[in-house]
Amino acid sequence: MVNFIIPENIAISESGFLFLAGTGETFTLNQIGKEIFNLIRSKSSEEEIINSIVNDYDIDKATAHKDFADFISQLKHYSILKEA
Amino acid sequence: MSTKKRYERPIITKYQSGLMNKFGSGPSAKAKTSIDEVAVSKLVEEYGSPLFVMSERQLRNNQQNAIRIFRTRYPKVQFAWSYKTNYLNAVCSVFHQEGSLAEVVSEFEYDKAKLLGIKGSNIIFNGPDKSRAALQKAIKDNAKIHIDHFDELYEIIDLCNSENLKANVAIRVNMDVGVYPLWDRFGFNYENGEAWQAIKRIMSEKSLKLTGLHTHIGTYMMTAEAYRIAASKLASLANSIKREFDIKLDYIDMGGGFASNNTLIGQYLPAEQIIPSMEQYADAISSGMFEMNATGSDLPALILETGRALVDNAGYLITTVLANKRLSTGRRAIIIDAGVNILFTSFWYKHKISPAQESGVHVEDSSLYGPLCMNIDLIRESILLPAVKKGEHLVIEDVGAYAMTQWMQFITMRPNVVMIMQDGTVELIRKSEALNYILDRELLPKQLKLK
Ligand SMILES: Cc1ncc(COP(=O)(O)O)c(C=O)c1O
Repeated sequence: MVNFIIPENIAISESGFLFLAGTGETFTLNQIGKEIFNLIRSKSSEEEIINSIVNDYDIDKATAHKDFADFISQLKHYSILKEA
Repeated sequence: MSTKKRYERPIITKYQSGLMNKFGSGPSAKAKTSIDEVAVSKLVEEYGSPLFVMSERQLRNNQQNAIRIFRTRYPKVQFAWSYKTNYLNAVCSVFHQEGSLAEVVSEFEYDKAKLLGIKGSNIIFNGPDKSRAALQKAIKDNAKIHIDHFDELYEIIDLCNSENLKANVAIRVNMDVGVYPLWDRFGFNYENGEAWQAIKRIMSEKSLKLTGLHTHIGTYMMTAEAYRIAASKLASLANSIKREFDIKLDYIDMGGGFASNNTLIGQYLPAEQIIPSMEQYADAISSGMFEMNATGSDLPALILETGRALVDNAGYLITTVLANKRLSTGRRAIIIDAGVNILFTSFWYKHKISPAQESGVHVEDSSLYGPLCMNIDLIRESILLPAVKKGEHLVIEDVGAYAMTQWMQFITMRPNVVMIMQDGTVELIRKSEALNYILDRELLPKQLKLK
């Protein structure tokens, strides 16, 4: 199931530089932030994203969940993401 | 088994122009893991959190440095430790060991200095509130009494006459030094002739000896020039005293007020870029002092009551992260275990705050709240900090001045204060308060006792 939608007019570079064409605002994402962003864009579900983080990184599932939720609320705040 | 990548919390940072002015000093990503080579984690383990830490080494460095800077510009220099800035016995004692007099502004501070072993003649008694009993004690002790107003002057005259005492007195003088608002509520005004009136009155009393002139032009003075003007005005008063009464004063006391390295809230640039250096203050004061018609051994001593500039950077507050949360606007909020009740100075300073452990390089604009269930409990509206987890520590720097005297017991207890000694050992210098400390003072009327 897809939980989130990223609007079409948002561009992200290899290095994690993110541009909102609508408003002209710019952001940077760290490596893991960029990975999560790309996973959301490729329509992974929250569960899949968390699993992938726990798989790749040295982190427990509870912390990954907490940080993911926090990250999502920021993306929503900046209108980079909408609830499906 | 494959090794996993090192985890860092996902972070998104919005580009903003003019970050510098909004956030004060640059991003605080650099960790402050130890104080005077003692690990922050070890200090917390042993003495709890929050925890105030004083550095003996830094205190002594500051004092010795200030003495050197002033003595190379003026021949007779005497510092007097401003008790209200930090009157923990251990802190006062370091300054006294470095040769400072005691500068006190209440009977409580006066008694505290006496109990530390300071002779009355080495105590400067300032301030508008000196009871008759306190004055009597100070006169008998030969203390240096700095008179604040005419009512006090007449009280002293009356005391001396009725008990056949002699008092060493100076007057506090307020004046226009080009910095506004004027601090004209303390002492006698220079420009309108009130100070001269007070001097004449003192000179007419056999029981009074005029030993000096005092001013304290304000605190956190961002211009050294104000001190040149102040010193020059006191020099001109001293010249008039010599001319009219043929009296040479023992000292000119220029008070305190040099800025410390803390950046004020609302200040555009970080403090270290705009505040005058100790050398500049010293240049300004000595150039004003040399307008006195005296040379060599006839020159009065220069007394300095420097407070915050000698102690601020010797004090740290270690605090622990209680929680991270998001405000409704999406802003990050960090709740720490040190509130405005113990860090009063956060109402006017943007303290330097660093994580006490290595954190990611990504910083995020955050609000820093204390633990009090009160809306006023805001340690910092806006600060760039890396991710810090519950249980991790932050170090708040430059809190040596006024925090440990203006703190209050409110909702939580005041914490331990330790001093890191020059030899690297750690000494507890004030014990944290416990419930019985508060209950000891309370009385419950019998009829209100529950069952
Ligand atoms: C009379 C007097 N002297 C010295 C000081 C110390 O001032 P500061 O900490 O600004 O150096 C004060 C503080 O206000 C004061 O009132």
